[in-house]
Amino acid sequence: MLKLLKNMKGYGKECVLGPLLKLMEALIELFIPYVVLNMINNGIEKGDTGYIVWSSILLVGMGLVGLALSITAQFFSAKAAVGFTARVREKLFSHIQKLSYRDIDKLGKSTLINRLTSDMNQVQTGVNLALRLFLRSPFIVFGAAIMAFTVSPEASTVFLLAIPALAVVVFAVLLITIPLYKKVQSRLDRVTSKTRENLNGARMLRALVKEDDEISSFNEKNGELNKAQKFVGKISSLTNPLTFVIINIAIALLIYKGGLRVEIGLLSQAAVIALYNYMSQILVELIKLANMIITMTKAVACGKRVQTILDIQPSVVKREPNNEVSDSLVEFRDVAFKYSDGGDYALKKVSFTAEKGETVGIIGGTGSGKSTLINLLCRFYDTTNGTVFLKGNDVKGMSESEILLVIGIVPQKSELFAGTIKSNILFGNENATDEEIKEALDCAVASEFVNKLEKGIDSPVEQYGRNLSGGQKQRLTLARAIVKRPEILILDDSSSALDYLTDLKLRRNIASLDYKPAVFIVSQRFTTIKDADKILVLDEGEIVGIGKHDELYENNDLYREICESQTKNA
Amino acid sequence: MKKKISASSLKRSLSYVKRYKLLIILTLLLATVYVASSLIIPIIIGNAIDLMIEGTLFADKVAKLLGITVLVAAVGGIAQWLMSVINNRITFNVIRDMRNDAFAKIQRLPISYLDKHPVGDTVSRIIADVEQFSDGMLMGFTQLFTGVMTIIATLVFMLVLNPIIAVVVFLLTPLSLFIASFITKRTQKFFAQQAKTRGEQTDYINETVENIKTVKAFNREEDVSENFTEINRRLEKSALNATFFSSLVNPTTRFVNSVVYAAVACAGSLFAAGIFGFSAILITVGELSTFLQYVNQYTKPFNEISGVYAELQNALACADRFFEFMSAKDEIPDAQNAVVLEKVKGNIEAQSVAFSYDPENPLITDFSVDVKRGMKVAIVGPTGCGKTTFINLLMRFYDVKSGSIKVDGHDIREITRKSLRKNYGMVLQETWLKAGTVRENLKLGRPDATDEEMINAAKRVHCHGFISRMENGYDTVIEENGGELSGGQKQLLCIARAMISDPPILILDEATSSIDTRTELRVQRAMKDLMDGRTSFVVAHRLSTIKEVDLILVMKDGNIIEQGSHASLIEKGGFYAELFESQFAH
Repeated sequence: MLKLLKNMKGYGKECVLGPLLKLMEALIELFIPYVVLNMINNGIEKGDTGYIVWSSILLVGMGLVGLALSITAQFFSAKAAVGFTARVREKLFSHIQKLSYRDIDKLGKSTLINRLTSDMNQVQTGVNLALRLFLRSPFIVFGAAIMAFTVSPEASTVFLLAIPALAVVVFAVLLITIPLYKKVQSRLDRVTSKTRENLNGARMLRALVKEDDEISSFNEKNGELNKAQKFVGKISSLTNPLTFVIINIAIALLIYKGGLRVEIGLLSQAAVIALYNYMSQILVELIKLANMIITMTKAVACGKRVQTILDIQPSVVKREPNNEVSDSLVEFRDVAFKYSDGGDYALKKVSFTAEKGETVGIIGGTGSGKSTLINLLCRFYDTTNGTVFLKGNDVKGMSESEILLVIGIVPQKSELFAGTIKSNILFGNENATDEEIKEALDCAVASEFVNKLEKGIDSPVEQYGRNLSGGQKQRLTLARAIVKRPEILILDDSSSALDYLTDLKLRRNIASLDYKPAVFIVSQRFTTIKDADKILVLDEGEIVGIGKHDELYENNDLYREICESQTKNA
Repeated sequence: MKKKISASSLKRSLSYVKRYKLLIILTLLLATVYVASSLIIPIIIGNAIDLMIEGTLFADKVAKLLGITVLVAAVGGIAQWLMSVINNRITFNVIRDMRNDAFAKIQRLPISYLDKHPVGDTVSRIIADVEQFSDGMLMGFTQLFTGVMTIIATLVFMLVLNPIIAVVVFLLTPLSLFIASFITKRTQKFFAQQAKTRGEQTDYINETVENIKTVKAFNREEDVSENFTEINRRLEKSALNATFFSSLVNPTTRFVNSVVYAAVACAGSLFAAGIFGFSAILITVGELSTFLQYVNQYTKPFNEISGVYAELQNALACADRFFEFMSAKDEIPDAQNAVVLEKVKGNIEAQSVAFSYDPENPLITDFSVDVKRGMKVAIVGPTGCGKTTFINLLMRFYDVKSGSIKVDGHDIREITRKSLRKNYGMVLQETWLKAGTVRENLKLGRPDATDEEMINAAKRVHCHGFISRMENGYDTVIEENGGELSGGQKQLLCIARAMISDPPILILDEATSSIDTRTELRVQRAMKDLMDGRTSFVVAHRLSTIKEVDLILVMKDGNIIEQGSHASLIEKGGFYAELFESQFAH
């Protein structure tokens, strides 16, 4: 949290002035009972009308100064809180952009989104409140006690009992309820996930006729949540009544002690009233403090969550490269890789080369390491052992952007952005002309459906490309990669939503691209890769065969098995 | 239009609150007790202060009064606590009731509704909106009630104590309300601006973070960050306005408060000093102190009440969203005389079925097929040709627009949905597993299946192996939607689930699409066994998996353009033959 607060730099003036002005306002408030005391003593007792009127004007004046101070303080704290949050949010956003694929997978995207949105909002509220109240409330509590002592030290001993008693109540309730609120949260999570599960699985649940079972299971979970909520509610709502009772007992004691001193002429009636007013001030302030502490604990928790993300060092950075070189455009030399330290090897001893204009097919079952190989080639992850060479050099010595400059990738999952078809294609190459966009769409067999759209390439694309079918999205992501004119084009199982005829056309178009990229095609279907110059057959992270289709079909049992499982002769 | 919804939402939400009528009356009574106690105490204390005169014996009388103070405080405290407990009970129970109803509603909604509405949106209506509504409503009402009561009671007490000072207070305090509403109205604009920009930013965050891998793959991190900064700067501006201006309410009302305080102190002191000379309105110092306490207590509810409007407004907006969901049209209920099917034989007949998701784009126009019990039927065709739609109609997730589908001679619209669906086993491309143990998931279709049957099925579809390797075998808890299981593993579990539930009719919609071809080959025999003796519908991309079926329906643009066995269709050399050959094209 402290580390996060370093981003407050530049708002130093606001951070000091905000609370300071608030303190001054509080100080004025502390003097109000004092003014009233004098009004009674000097005005009423002596019948001095002028004194009474002037004192009243003084009270209004104090209110006015307080107003000015407080408004200025609110402005400074709002400025600091909002500015600080905006700054951290920007930092967090660009930090997230720097994270590697591995980091993102580990954290999960929804976590990152939550950090940027709701967590940051909580932090803003917390900072704002802290600047305004964090110093003020304790100041008033102790200030009121001190003022009371100046009025009558003997009678004010009651404050010494009341303040700790109140503090114990406020903090005890907080300490007891915080873990209970966590329990409520986890039960709420269960209710939420049950709801989501039923919405996602509605088809299956109805097919299985599970409606009634699901309703009773939901009602049970919902009932548990309800019970937990009521229980914690019972405890947390003790704060206000208990402070109310304690304060009134304290007031009774105060009046009694004060009264005894009045009796023997040591204290005036007015002084007792002042003491009474100070005690009341404490009550009001404590309630504010308790509310603030709840908000603050939330804000601190959110701030911590934000800081953990900022603390993550992107796992892929420019490193000392291996001094070896390679003559090929792409070379894997004895590459091995594990996703996590304890896990199994996802790739073992993988070696191969690829040249300009060559097509490399990669085939294998689920979990055989096909996508991993692509991830290493793009240096989304670093190898555990061995070296990946790109244009002759170790990729570890290259920055992510240097690598991605030469690579055009079409991922398994089509990711599109809100905008137009054109803006999505331009994402691959912002300088592409309309002519080039058209060519890319042609090549990706997308022109036909794009032209059918009312506005052609200017047709709108909704967020995530929701208004397009799976096949359409795949073809647009293909066009996006093609328009980049990369030296290496990677198709990571990216034609799965296309029918065979379209897939075939697509491969022919890519083979005749004028800039002759090296093409990597990952697929489960052998037909997609059988014309490749080089086919890598992967099984459980190992290359079990490299060669052309005919050779492999002849000599490689696994490859033949895969092919046969997909042909009419199976 | 918008207003209208609010009015009906208010009415409907009140029906949830009405169930707790007695509790509401009780909480109002308790609030009265609490308010009374908090107003009586300053009077008692005022009296005690008046008893303090130098040289008189004081202790006994005062002690008695102070004893009463403590007693009143205790009663007030208990009333306040009970009030909170009851309020919580009402709020949380209303939340529970609303959510229970909403969940039951999910089960009654037509699939078409669920297909069209994003899950996240519906979840937030049922979870967040319900909570905000209930909180806001209750807070709003209790604050309004205790606030109004405190104000009125204080005024009455003040009038009794000293009418003139009471009038002074009475004339000055509306100032506070006026200023608060003035500021609130001005700030609404800033809040709307902030909400809009924040929404824009959230959208941008969602999109760029969801697509972050693409952003990185195309080196667009800087552009994206630049755009983000631009939005963020705008948000900063509007947030500053909203935060600052809304924070003005408190200090200004506090200022009004101090003006009232000064006025009371002034008038009170003048009276107490006997300046005006009217003995009737003479006021003691103790009474003055009571007045000053009242002024402090009395302006607080004004602050709260000024917030109540916004709170209720927000609560109603949430109620609107909730009731909009609750008002969605239910699935057409089963006909009154609907037949309850027992285990069917599995004869299925579709007669000139027509259907479309939206009236503008007819999808299926004339679809007829006659499937006898035990037949295996494959449906093939290019993407978007209506394969999955036909499955939707068979299961009665959607109703046909015209024509009919009959199972064992009964029109499926004349059968109860539940008894119809009990006869189907379904495996879909998009696998769905519930949060729970592997065992629960496998036995979902037939909870009374024995473990032996379960393990047998698991072995046959080759998932016994990986299940045994999981931490607790069949008792391993898996997350909703399978968590770390691979797509292929999830599909295998779904196939095993269908196998265990042992239905007479089977629907396999791309059921093996995520399983690699070698495993699929091994599972194939189990699939064949599974289909044996059951009427089966198979939708598949990979044509190699469906060659051995009895009947192939080739669909294009919503209609069957060819049907027959694999051999006859190949021989015919039509669309199917072309599709089939393209798989193995060179």
